Amino acid sequence: MAYEIVVLTNMAISILFALSLNVITGFCGQVSLGHAAFLGIGAYTSAILSKAGVPLVVTFIPAMGMAALVGLVVGVASLRVRHDFLAITTMGVVFLFTGIVRKQDILGGEIGIAGIPAPEFGRIGLLVTALLCVLAYLLFVIRIRKSWAGFAFDSIAEDEDTARLLGIHVPRFKLFAFLVGTAGAGLAGALYAHQIRFIGPDSFGFVESISVLAMVIIGGIGSIWGVILSAALLSALPQFFQIIDDFKLLVYGLLLFGAMRFAPDGIDGLLKRLFRRAGGTR
Amino acid sequence: MLQVADLVCGYGDITAVHGISLTLGQGETMALVGPNGAGKTSFLMALAGHIQPQSGTITLDGETINTLAAAQRCMRGIGLVPEGRRIFPDLTVMENLVVGGYSRPRSEQTLNLDHVYDIFPRLHDRQKQLAGSLSGGEQQMLAFGRAMMARPRLMLVDELSLGLMPRVVDECYAALDKLVAAGIAVILVDQNSDAALAFCSSALILESGHMTWSGLAANAPESLTH
Repeated sequence: MAYEIVVLTNMAISILFALSLNVITGFCGQVSLGHAAFLGIGAYTSAILSKAGVPLVVTFIPAMGMAALVGLVVGVASLRVRHDFLAITTMGVVFLFTGIVRKQDILGGEIGIAGIPAPEFGRIGLLVTALLCVLAYLLFVIRIRKSWAGFAFDSIAEDEDTARLLGIHVPRFKLFAFLVGTAGAGLAGALYAHQIRFIGPDSFGFVESISVLAMVIIGGIGSIWGVILSAALLSALPQFFQIIDDFKLLVYGLLLFGAMRFAPDGIDGLLKRLFRRAGGTR
Repeated sequence: MLQVADLVCGYGDITAVHGISLTLGQGETMALVGPNGAGKTSFLMALAGHIQPQSGTITLDGETINTLAAAQRCMRGIGLVPEGRRIFPDLTVMENLVVGGYSRPRSEQTLNLDHVYDIFPRLHDRQKQLAGSLSGGEQQMLAFGRAMMARPRLMLVDELSLGLMPRVVDECYAALDKLVAAGIAVILVDQNSDAALAFCSSALILESGHMTWSGLAANAPESLTH
């Protein structure tokens, strides 16, 4: 039973993490290759505070705040660069993050931070907290989608220049997406730190950034339910099948390639096509 | 309504438009005519606020709008139908229209939608369809409708007939007629200069960024328009 709880908690954290990237890359069309940096910022913030005696739930707020603050800086930078250049810039962010962390003794340097206190409400309590966080974030994200200005994100993702021509305040929407997306990653990081109870610079590198991007692309860029499904699957599979864990990067890479080549709309697009065919319409 | 005085604009060190002046009244129509690279699109973009003027003034209803951002000009009543239509193909017709109305308060949305559907009933029939599945003419109508959602009083139309069949071009001009009938002033750029001159009351002829002639469209010298 304990094992299942660990798997489920990991799953919830992955879903939250993937949903947060989906706001930036999916809703707003801004590719980020460095999203793990914000997971890391949240994890380190929460871990340090919690070791200083702050209750876990209270650390959520500064964890989200720190991640969102750095996210805002990256967001401001993103206003000047687009497409490939944005991808390279965000990639730089994650290398910068791990590079800085490795050199800081307060952050544990290469060794990382061990002995993060167990959450006061136990393993099941952590799972419930994680699920509640996912639920809260999910509702917030759905609200953005369904809000009056929800289509503004679509228009920016589809054709930023035209959105500008129509008088949509593009920078405002982009910054909002970065703020919400990085805050979500910070929250996921706080949960992650207390789930594993050890964090080091290697947990938040480029590979993790690509993994989460793979979850979003395989799920269907911008699709909330597709991303939840693919994050749940991709985070659980390696824990049940040792072979997938051993070749995790290879599997992710193959899935990513397969999605881009055969189903650019991801699981979401595949399911929609399937239902449409089954329904006999189109 | 619109006054432009000695407008100079361009990109970086390159000047695309050297000193254009014009006056346009409520509900009037003006054709911008000239060969490729004459500065027609640059001029429209400067009016809409997408490139900053280097000198000169743009005045709308007595207010100088030179330094206003595009979104603010949109709110003051300048609408734009961009070259190549540039609708959002993966959004539905209705979603495209909604996006066009973001510069207006939300409470107006239903009213503005009804207004657009009134002018273009075809868009109403197709409101749930993906915009990418529309025909070229319908896409042009959607681009009109999308701009109409911001309740413009001045519509800038770039390359109306680009890539459209002659029959569809007629439909587009019929659509434009409806806008003019609704009291909207139009500045029109069209590669088909005869059609543009026949439609508009006045004309302005550009060549490599300079204004070479302006006056009533009917009097436009043929030597300059071809």
